[in-house]
Amino acid sequence: MHHTSTAERILRGFLLTLVLLFFLFPIFWIFLMSFQTNEDILRIPPSLFFTPTLENYIALISGRLSTVAGDLDIAFMRNLWNSVLLSSLSVGVALILGVPAAYAFARFKFRLGENIAFTLLSFRFAPPLLVLLPLSLYFSELGLSDTYLGLVWVYQLIALPLILWIVRGYFEDISPDIENAYRIDGHSWATTFRKIAIPLARPGIAAASLLAFIFCWNNFVFALVLASADKQPVTVGALAFVTASGIQYGQVAAAIVLSVTPTLMLALYAQRYLVEGLSLGAVKG
Amino acid sequence: MFRRALPYMLSLPALVVCIGILIPFGTAVYYSTQRYNLSFPQARAFIGLENYTDFLSDSAFWNTIEVSLLYTFLTVTLELLLGLGIALLLRKPGRFNNMVSILLLLPLMTAPAIAALMWKLMTNPNFGVLSYLIGLIGFDDFRWASSPSSALFTVVLVDMWVYTPFIMILLLAGLRSLPRQPFEAAELDGVPRSFVFFRITLPMLMPYIITATLFRLLDSIQQFDIIYAMTQGGPGDKLMVFQVQSYLEFFQYTNVGRSAALLMVLWVITYVLSNLFVKHWLKLRERAHGHA
Repeated sequence: MHHTSTAERILRGFLLTLVLLFFLFPIFWIFLMSFQTNEDILRIPPSLFFTPTLENYIALISGRLSTVAGDLDIAFMRNLWNSVLLSSLSVGVALILGVPAAYAFARFKFRLGENIAFTLLSFRFAPPLLVLLPLSLYFSELGLSDTYLGLVWVYQLIALPLILWIVRGYFEDISPDIENAYRIDGHSWATTFRKIAIPLARPGIAAASLLAFIFCWNNFVFALVLASADKQPVTVGALAFVTASGIQYGQVAAAIVLSVTPTLMLALYAQRYLVEGLSLGAVKG
Repeated sequence: MFRRALPYMLSLPALVVCIGILIPFGTAVYYSTQRYNLSFPQARAFIGLENYTDFLSDSAFWNTIEVSLLYTFLTVTLELLLGLGIALLLRKPGRFNNMVSILLLLPLMTAPAIAALMWKLMTNPNFGVLSYLIGLIGFDDFRWASSPSSALFTVVLVDMWVYTPFIMILLLAGLRSLPRQPFEAAELDGVPRSFVFFRITLPMLMPYIITATLFRLLDSIQQFDIIYAMTQGGPGDKLMVFQVQSYLEFFQYTNVGRSAALLMVLWVITYVLSNLFVKHWLKLRERAHGHA
């Protein structure tokens, strides 16, 4: 490689500092805001030095906000719980539906398999509202808008293609010879799948599950269109929060921090698999 | 017999989900051929392609096309340039570079709607830190997303904040997987670096650049979360991209037929793009598996 001169090193360091500043400053600043009182937030010029307070978090967790106009009930913890429930259930269902199908697509070449795989892939790229708007009419007719079941089903649109395409790639990388040898020993197909194929593909299954969880959690438009007020996840809840009157900015910031912490933690944990997962297996990380 | 039926049995649940998606899709196609407004259900009627032909003389439709294309062009171009730049800076594996590339993933893993909220707080005219900072360099009355002249700039900035890391990590993975020999040979021959970049690095990186671009084109033309959370398409109709416009058409003006037709136009665009994507993707897979 080229030898780097001092001037070049300085330039590189300067550019990287700018990059880090742009991408990390917003997270840092909102984090600080979440520990500030309204007076601190409104102070001009803004300051990095203040006496941190936990008031914003306490208000969110207890669900009661004291405002000048009187006490206000908020359901943010409910939103948080909904996000946990919707994302985990959706990933669970997607695993049950997707892993066997991914195995079938990897091991057996059949027309229907390719068709399903590509239909799901093409809907991963289609405008979500195209499906969601008609569904919102169906949901109100079928009485599904007030249920987790309906949402979990629609969330398959996010989770299933991910599971299917990533796990399929992992199954394809496993040589069928291992499975065949085990089958010759007299084990049934189901045992082979459970005892050999799944354990070997475990890293892929884990990566796909983590990513699917993050994407379900971060989704906004599905629940905005379909979920009734008490089934809404944090993404929709936090937005409603800003427009509600009497809410303090520090509390909005605290709600943002609580909403993004789980996915950011998972992302740091799963970062090894992100490249592959984000490109649906098109680029190996 | 069992062995022949097995793949079908295994993929049956996934097939059911597919059909579950295709039903509302079919319904949307059907709605797009109807005069159908939820406020006037008695006027509902089949009108063929009238919703579509009405678009031709509708300035709101052309505004949507213009805004969506401009938004897509700006975000994808800027993110591609910035993402490539950062990937090149971080190219050499090492503890510091790896740590930076991991930290840069944080914006990408933030929900875009929440990211928009974060920027909304930072650009608030009363206390926003960015409003304050930009005031220091002379833009006293810069109104970010609430002014028609800077609204597009602001949402493009938020989009860049969220999605540049996506391009960056794809290209970084690409850069680090390139074979070393051409670069070593070029260095031995004393080939100038600009030549190395344009004639070796860039062409070899092209499959990754195409993958990243297609992904971003498909997402960006459909952007909803950031724009809706930031301004709901305003001020005025300044940010009325496809999905925001059709969302409002549906829920605010209860015009189901028009909304469905607008989404169908968007669907055709994404269909063409996703076919390109699938073709490219299959080629990559074939190559990856051919070499393995």
